[in-house]
Amino acid sequence: MDTRGPIGREPRDAASDAPVVELTGITKRFGDLVANDRIELSLRRGEIHALLGENGAGKTTLMRILYGLTAPDAGEIRIDGRAVTIRSPKDAIAAGIGMVTQHFALVRPMTVAENLTLGRGRGVKLDLRRAEAAAREASERFGIRVRPDARVGDLSVGEQQRVEVLKALARDCRVLILDEPTAVLVPQEVDALFATLRRLAEGGMTVVFISHKLGEVLSITDRVTVLRRGRVAGTAETPDVGERTLAEMMVGRPTIGVTRRDKASRGRGVLRVDGLAAAGAHGLPALRDVSLEVAAGEIVGVAGVSGNGQTELVEVLSGTRRPTGGSIEVDGRRLGGRGVPEALGAGIGRIAEDRHASVVGDLSVAYNLVLERLDDFRRGGRLDQRAIRAHAQELIERFGIRARPDDPVRTLSGGNIQKVLLARVLSREPKVLVVSQPTRGLDVGATEYVRSQLLAQRARGAAILLVSEDLDELLTLADRLIVLYEGRVVGRLDVGEADPARLGLLMAGRDAEATSGAAA
Amino acid sequence: MIARRLGGLALPRRLGGMGSVVTAAPLLIPLAIAVTFVVTAAFVLVAGADPIQAYYRFLVEPLTSRFTLLEVLVTATPLLFTGAAVAIAFRAGYFNIGAEGQLLAGAIAAAGIGMVVGGLPAVLALPLMIAGGALAGALWALVPAVLRVRFRIDEVVTTLLLNPVAALVVSALLNGPWRDPQTGFPESPRIAESAVFPALLGRSRLHIGFVLALVVIAVAWFVLTRTPTGLRLRAVGSSPRAAAFAGLDVNGTLLRAALVSGAIAGVAGVSEVGGIQYRLTGGLSPGFGYTGIVVATLGGLTMPGVGLAALLLGDLRVGAGTAGRALGIPSQLGEIVQATLLLVTIGALALLAVRARRGSRDESATADTVSPGGPAGVQDAPLA
Repeated sequence: MDTRGPIGREPRDAASDAPVVELTGITKRFGDLVANDRIELSLRRGEIHALLGENGAGKTTLMRILYGLTAPDAGEIRIDGRAVTIRSPKDAIAAGIGMVTQHFALVRPMTVAENLTLGRGRGVKLDLRRAEAAAREASERFGIRVRPDARVGDLSVGEQQRVEVLKALARDCRVLILDEPTAVLVPQEVDALFATLRRLAEGGMTVVFISHKLGEVLSITDRVTVLRRGRVAGTAETPDVGERTLAEMMVGRPTIGVTRRDKASRGRGVLRVDGLAAAGAHGLPALRDVSLEVAAGEIVGVAGVSGNGQTELVEVLSGTRRPTGGSIEVDGRRLGGRGVPEALGAGIGRIAEDRHASVVGDLSVAYNLVLERLDDFRRGGRLDQRAIRAHAQELIERFGIRARPDDPVRTLSGGNIQKVLLARVLSREPKVLVVSQPTRGLDVGATEYVRSQLLAQRARGAAILLVSEDLDELLTLADRLIVLYEGRVVGRLDVGEADPARLGLLMAGRDAEATSGAAA
Repeated sequence: MIARRLGGLALPRRLGGMGSVVTAAPLLIPLAIAVTFVVTAAFVLVAGADPIQAYYRFLVEPLTSRFTLLEVLVTATPLLFTGAAVAIAFRAGYFNIGAEGQLLAGAIAAAGIGMVVGGLPAVLALPLMIAGGALAGALWALVPAVLRVRFRIDEVVTTLLLNPVAALVVSALLNGPWRDPQTGFPESPRIAESAVFPALLGRSRLHIGFVLALVVIAVAWFVLTRTPTGLRLRAVGSSPRAAAFAGLDVNGTLLRAALVSGAIAGVAGVSEVGGIQYRLTGGLSPGFGYTGIVVATLGGLTMPGVGLAALLLGDLRVGAGTAGRALGIPSQLGEIVQATLLLVTIGALALLAVRARRGSRDESATADTVSPGGPAGVQDAPLA
């Protein structure tokens, strides 16, 4: 195990400061998934320490353990050299640890001052005037500008984040954890946040900065610990490392070529997306001017750290999200953004990222298999039960689904649910396949099966768009890759020329030049 | 949050739809009854009666004579309607708590039509009255349904709050324009003879409303289990996201389910006016709409279950009346038993749902690592 990468070494001035927080051997499993694997991390007084890694690398889990939101399976937490047990955020707060999670814990109809007072009042009576005075005082002391009497619901997201930071600070924390704090901020707010963090660190505060953005990590932090698949890939002084090194540590070296096959003979373009734009969850633009083309018999992989528009791209192509601009053509026929039936009618098959939200768990396997095409399975006004059963029987056999037609889908394993979805989609022989995270959470056998099915579809002549956070998967299956960053295509490359460091840089929004002249 | 608290009726939604526990219903009913009797035995003892004897009178006695047996069917009739109405809506994931108001709307329409169709033969008057009542019930259900579908306003609150509004409309009519001019009582004049529901058997109050209710149950069963429409409704109710992903019209399904539910509840009102009261009265419905929720839940949201539960509660109501007289215990004990039965049933459903969730593969474990755009339900799961 390479918990110490080539650049991980003992800090120069370790003697001057004993670590404030030390995590040793922290391990956390979720079922088969090891989210944290014997993690070692030490935090010094007055430093800004980055936790860098891809989505799912275990950054958030680790910090949730430190803040008492998740219980570790093994490992030790030491604060000021003393071993402590943190069972809840209450313990963490008492130990001087504060955390600003991605989902704010603010009461929106209440004012800033009221929010800061919540959970702290001892007596029965709430002295609002004193609460406001205290809020104002804290706001001035830490140089974080918010109006104590403003209603939280009226504040911008950036301002709400400041309230969260203030809330942690007002509880006298010495270690402040920020989980992807810039994800919700506009650039000016990012600058303001960074100024605040620097000031806090100068005052002796330890700041943990969770991020997957290289640029931010390099500009704000003193040290950086990189996590990859639940393990520490290395720890370094930030000034000593460059983007390339960090990107490589973050992404890792993929193992190419287990099921690699001949180069595709590229056919005609089937799926053509031009200038596509769409809004994301908060109405903010999530896709900007995305253009791509997928030919028959080709797999185009979409790489990117999650949250950079992949979900929205898949949803728009699936008909479950309305585009705000641009066009989608299948076989030269333009789609009008009229939703799922239109997408299905155009010959688009969809495997969505959340497979549990794609099946109706209470309904039987047989019903789920026909849910997208009920009109093909009716006799008059009735369901044609016999046809539905026969259809299910046939697909169960063909796709090796380990279930009976009448079993409710919720009783199936993740791998078998994915097979049901594959069967539902592939039985229609779609011209275009939009596939998202097809093997996430599946065991090795199911993963291999799903991948082989995708390759079989490619051989059949389907045009496949494959979104995956698993770079190995993309490099194994895809013929070409595009990289999404903040809703834009920032890179297009053939799989042959995709080396992990360059991919890592592209995914982290750096190295726009690397986009050079790959085919699109 | 208020909506979540209201009588725990919104509970099934938090449990991820009741479909998953529906299969447990046949076993659930006897179990719930047994637990209920243990719990309510205390009240019976306090009332000064022997619990075993009381329960015998509650449940068995009504079935032993022709008169009481038919009374059970009479009492079950409105519950068959409202139970079916509620079950259909719940199955679609639409929590219609407003069957009471929809029933009253149907009753108003039935009385209004019934008073003016004197010139028509029964073959015309009755269908007209039934159609009018169904339409009125659906209209009463329309506004909450539109608010839900268009603006995501919780229908539990809106449908519930429209119930007293309907009761007040009834009261306004009876104290105003419809007050019986002959007696001066706050009751509407009698409906025309051709608008009266024919009796099914002699010397009994049993009327064709009972047959109509059975037809509704049968049709609803057929539609729910045998048609694409029913499959869509179940898919939407049990997993709206998956239904939307498969291209089903989630909002349209919700709206239609809500209106059909309202219409059936409206017919319950027609049946009471046409078959029992022959006029609009203030005491037309002793909470048939609310009891419909008990019936639907106890019946596991299936139509055979609703049928059984409605008969059971009809039995219980008739039994509570006779037991009260015979044993000198308050007839409200019947309502206590009924309310306890609902709580026990919901509690059992909740336990089953929790167990089902624990038993299924722990996918929520990855909630920490999935993108924040993931389903809110998954993120919230550990807190629920």
